[in-house]
Amino acid sequence: MAATFLKSQFVFNWRRNPPAILGTLILVVCTGLVVFGPFLVRQNPYDLTQLNLMDSFLPPAWLDGGNPAYLLGTDGQGRDLVAAIVHGARISALIGLSAMALACTIGTTLGLIAGFYGGRVDALIMRVADVQLSFPSMLIALFLMSAFGTGIDKVLIALTAVGWVVYARTVRGSTLGEVQKEYVQAARVAGLSNARIIVKHVLPNVLTPLIVIATVQVGTFILIEASLSFLGVGVPITQPSLGLLIKNGFDVLFSGLWWTSVFPGLMIMAMVFGINLLGDFLRDELNPRLK
Amino acid sequence: MFAYTVKRLFQMLFVLWAVSVLVFLMMSFTGDPVYMVVRIDATDAEVENARRILGLDRSLPEQYWFFLTNLMQGEFGNSYVFRQPALDLIVERLPATLEIVLVAMAIAAIVAIPLGVFAGANPGHPVSRFIMSGSLLGISLPGFWVGMMLIYVLAVELRLFPSSGRGETLEFLGIRTSLLTANGWHHILLPAITLSFGTTAIILRITRAGMMEVMRQDYIRFARAKGASRRGVLYGHGLRNGMIPVVTIFGLQLGDLIAFATITETIFAWPGMGKLLIDSIYRADRPVIVVYLMLVALIFVVVNFVVDLLYTMIDPRITVK
Repeated sequence: MAATFLKSQFVFNWRRNPPAILGTLILVVCTGLVVFGPFLVRQNPYDLTQLNLMDSFLPPAWLDGGNPAYLLGTDGQGRDLVAAIVHGARISALIGLSAMALACTIGTTLGLIAGFYGGRVDALIMRVADVQLSFPSMLIALFLMSAFGTGIDKVLIALTAVGWVVYARTVRGSTLGEVQKEYVQAARVAGLSNARIIVKHVLPNVLTPLIVIATVQVGTFILIEASLSFLGVGVPITQPSLGLLIKNGFDVLFSGLWWTSVFPGLMIMAMVFGINLLGDFLRDELNPRLK
Repeated sequence: MFAYTVKRLFQMLFVLWAVSVLVFLMMSFTGDPVYMVVRIDATDAEVENARRILGLDRSLPEQYWFFLTNLMQGEFGNSYVFRQPALDLIVERLPATLEIVLVAMAIAAIVAIPLGVFAGANPGHPVSRFIMSGSLLGISLPGFWVGMMLIYVLAVELRLFPSSGRGETLEFLGIRTSLLTANGWHHILLPAITLSFGTTAIILRITRAGMMEVMRQDYIRFARAKGASRRGVLYGHGLRNGMIPVVTIFGLQLGDLIAFATITETIFAWPGMGKLLIDSIYRADRPVIVVYLMLVALIFVVVNFVVDLLYTMIDPRITVK
């Protein structure tokens, strides 16, 4: 299995595509930081007993006044920025991935139902999708968060509400094509239940285009979450994501304390850039029409 | 065409109605605005009185009916904070927001279209590769962070630009705009560049994709064969056809820009309606939020409508059903 995969066209193309390799490398490093980082840093940035106010606003280690113990400097509460970024990236990544999983599940289910059954259900789901698509995701998310208040669970709901549409539309489109095909008719003749046909026969055939959408959406979600948190309507201050770290940094930017906002921003950029590089490669690979 | 236009008009009304129901429901289930208007030590009787004046003692459908009829008459109530009509507050700030949105759009078009045409016409060129990686990086950056970096480098460190606020304005056709004064342009550039970032990247990619699609067509090969100059083929034959998807994207991006202007305005303390929205969300100033949402919904619906009509005009192959 593994050997066949390594010899596949997919891997062959990947090895000859520097941006894809770069994206993969970035993502591997980011995943490592997010998964293992919190165990590697010596400070738990949210355990107040481990913070020392005397160490607040130290610049990065290579600058005058920097302390080698704090590679990227510290924030206003003497929190090691490396530790804060590693924890923050974990929250950002978790939100991005879980919201994508939720949006994908709900959107795919609705898309399958709409495409398979057609009629009124289809019209209703697609009408809602149309109305929603005429508004930018950021605005919908902002509106929902302003109604819900802050919280990771609420951010997840808002992102899911924003993200399901694209899956529903794509899946409905492919499902409409699939139900015409002979294998679905054969399954019908064989007397299989609708639910079984949808899950076992149609679903596997409409999944491929979703891979690209899902990959890129994680990046989009990380950016939207960061924007919401930056505006103060995202995650609560007890669970700061990268966006909230940037917001805290913004408050002191005018005093020249640039490192508290620059480094969290670079971390977001690295994560989303890696995702987008890989997404571009997948799009070219999985869409034979473009070749 | 006429039937299509009428049908689209009804669709627009439907969308606006759906938005009004959603806005109403969300507003009804979140918090009690009575405490926004009464004194902090108000007696129960005073609270009840305020509730009656605001119409909050009635049933939900009744409240919605009042909400809708008021909406139709352009009557949105007074802001709880400013004690002024909410509509006036928003309309007062609308020019400031449209200003940065338009300048951002112009910057995006000026930067993105030539680069996109180049990258689409020369796909293998190293410069094209560089442009494309740059645009991917542009999509991957949080816009607000870019703005902060611009403020830090150009305003705080180098002192080339003001870090916040709107410059001098002049009245033109009854609208106060900062686009007529040098000081106004000095203030608008940083926020507009910040806002244009994402749009530039997206328009660049769409232009490139459109150009690549077009350059493969037979009529391009034919134009080359008949001896038309490279430039002539590129801009005369290629760009005209490659621009069709770009027009739609411009329309859609207008919506995104208005939405993202909320963040840009917050960073740059730009006195537009986006900043007012964020401030109103913090203060739970319901009437202002409602006006903002309904106005923005109206703008989006109209823009989408215009884009659809333009689409059929630019590309005669597309017929409306």
